[in-house]
Amino acid sequence: MTMATPEMTARRRRARAGWLLSTPALVLLLCGAAGPLLVVLVFSFLTKGGYGGVELPFTAEAWFRIFFQRDIFDGTVSAADAHIQIFWRSVWLSLATTLITFVLGLPTAWFIATRPARTRTLWLFLITIPFWTNLLIRTFAIMEVIRNEGLLNSALLGLGLIDQPLQILFTDTATLIGMAYVYLPLMVLPLYAAIDRFDMRLLEAGHDLYASRWALLRRVILPIIRPGLVAGCILVFIPALGAYVVPRVLGGGKNMMVGNFIELQFGQARNWPLGAALSMMLLLVVMAALLVYVRAMAQEGRDD
Amino acid sequence: MTQGPAVEAQSVVKHFGDGPDAVRALDDVSVTVARGEFFTLLGPSGCGKTTLLRCIAGFETPTAGRILLGGRDITDDPPNRRRVNTVFQSYALFPHLTVAQNVAFGLQMLGRPKAEVRATTDRMLALVRLDALADRRPDALSGGQQQRVALARALAPQPEVLLLDEPLSALDLKLRKEMQSELKRLQHETGITFVFVTHDQEEALTMSDRIGVMSAGRLLQVAPPRDIYNRPVNRFVADFIGETNFLPATAHAGQIRLRSGEVLGPTTVSGAITVAIRPEQLRLSDPGDHEAIPATVEGSTYLGTDSHLHLRLPDGSRVVARIPSLPQAEPGPAPGMPVGLRVAPGALQVLED
Repeated sequence: MTMATPEMTARRRRARAGWLLSTPALVLLLCGAAGPLLVVLVFSFLTKGGYGGVELPFTAEAWFRIFFQRDIFDGTVSAADAHIQIFWRSVWLSLATTLITFVLGLPTAWFIATRPARTRTLWLFLITIPFWTNLLIRTFAIMEVIRNEGLLNSALLGLGLIDQPLQILFTDTATLIGMAYVYLPLMVLPLYAAIDRFDMRLLEAGHDLYASRWALLRRVILPIIRPGLVAGCILVFIPALGAYVVPRVLGGGKNMMVGNFIELQFGQARNWPLGAALSMMLLLVVMAALLVYVRAMAQEGRDD
Repeated sequence: MTQGPAVEAQSVVKHFGDGPDAVRALDDVSVTVARGEFFTLLGPSGCGKTTLLRCIAGFETPTAGRILLGGRDITDDPPNRRRVNTVFQSYALFPHLTVAQNVAFGLQMLGRPKAEVRATTDRMLALVRLDALADRRPDALSGGQQQRVALARALAPQPEVLLLDEPLSALDLKLRKEMQSELKRLQHETGITFVFVTHDQEEALTMSDRIGVMSAGRLLQVAPPRDIYNRPVNRFVADFIGETNFLPATAHAGQIRLRSGEVLGPTTVSGAITVAIRPEQLRLSDPGDHEAIPATVEGSTYLGTDSHLHLRLPDGSRVVARIPSLPQAEPGPAPGMPVGLRVAPGALQVLED
């Protein structure tokens, strides 16, 4: 026992050093994440100021206003259809983005993972190239492609496939195209990591045991790469839900997503409490989505 | 056992790559495996035995030639359309499925009714004695248990032929011996034709009804183990199966003689030849024995039950004789000692090089 003491002290000292070294990062994370979140939570329960900002007293008015509106004249309460519509659009656009990035990303990730080690690095490098340019600039570049006089319409008109330019810009389709493009790498990378670990010999085993190609995908590949699939879906769905730049530039003023609507409250509408309440609401939706994922994962893990 | 062939390879050629640097993995291989037979493809690594197996399974398409299953041409069928299952060297068990689900996989893919899938799975698990582990995942099993799952999984759909690609190579010696008899038992109980690939000659000799010895993409000899061992067709087969002494000799007037003139035995051929003699076919006798070949002891290796005695013959060539080990108290033949050497009758193999 006496022999172990210096060793134990050393270990304890090392553990303490570890804590000490990570303290700056922990403090930064705590102040950067928990602090502002707390401020937003408090703001959502305050009264809006006349020129922006917040005032006392505390009230749940902002939370009430997310879902309901009062008639200015007779004070009757009705559902806030516009808000619900914006939330709904955010959710379905994000789900559609996740689905599109998955459908496009899976073959891409498979292709990269099955290249020889030498060229694989090159392909991965190419996938990350979009990250080198500012998101705003990339989004404007997409605008240039899909606008009425843009590349896409010019090409289609030139080929005689259409005689009127397609109105894509400032529609939900434009937002969807933009988001699928922006978030595609976030789906490809975790899928690649999962497929890279996938034992290709299992495909032969499955094929040998009478599985068709489709059955192989459904019964062997997808269940085994599920961790990467779930990671990719989370990495795409959550930022897509809070997207701001893409719907702002490509969706135009009318096709708002939650992010744009929140910005509006802190800007022109000067309703900080509502903006804060909407932000918290978005956070709750994200957490609910994550919880569903985790539950589903655990459930399937047991059922198998 | 002989209700027609289970599987047939007809002049199968397989090249990997194109043009002049193409590798000839299979070079005009033809073989017929009978129904219910335990057939082994034996050869050193790279001899083409696994390629032939993969051609039967459908993972490789022959460059030329046909593969027949139960008389039907299956050369162009994908693996999932062939009533053939494989036990892989790496086992390739599905890590996300339990033992029972692994075994049920093939039956489910064939669209068998649920009750039948469950019944057959249970029967297979009992057959390989894994009923107790049905709900475990493969990564919670030992190598030998994983091996049994792989076997049960491949047997469950009741294939016409079961292909086994060096399935025992990852197991330790004791387990390997156990699985060898286990495999024989399974083959006997299921009546399914087994095509077994191995580079281990002992494994091949103990388990097979017939062995096909392969080298450099060619099938050199197909015969029952006894014939392969005692009547090898050429030097490669004699060398690859068991241990053998090769001696340069001359055949003349019905007798085989060493180059130094001593008579080894009778023959019908004549000319310069090579003879092969198994170490256990050599007997020691007195140095004064006139019928024996005089030899000098150079050393010995203790093997347990037997000992290998290294001897030098009058013509300068060296041979190994396998003799029973003497009790510890008695000294064995010491180096430098003269002895007589007799060849067991019928033990001489005349080989073409």
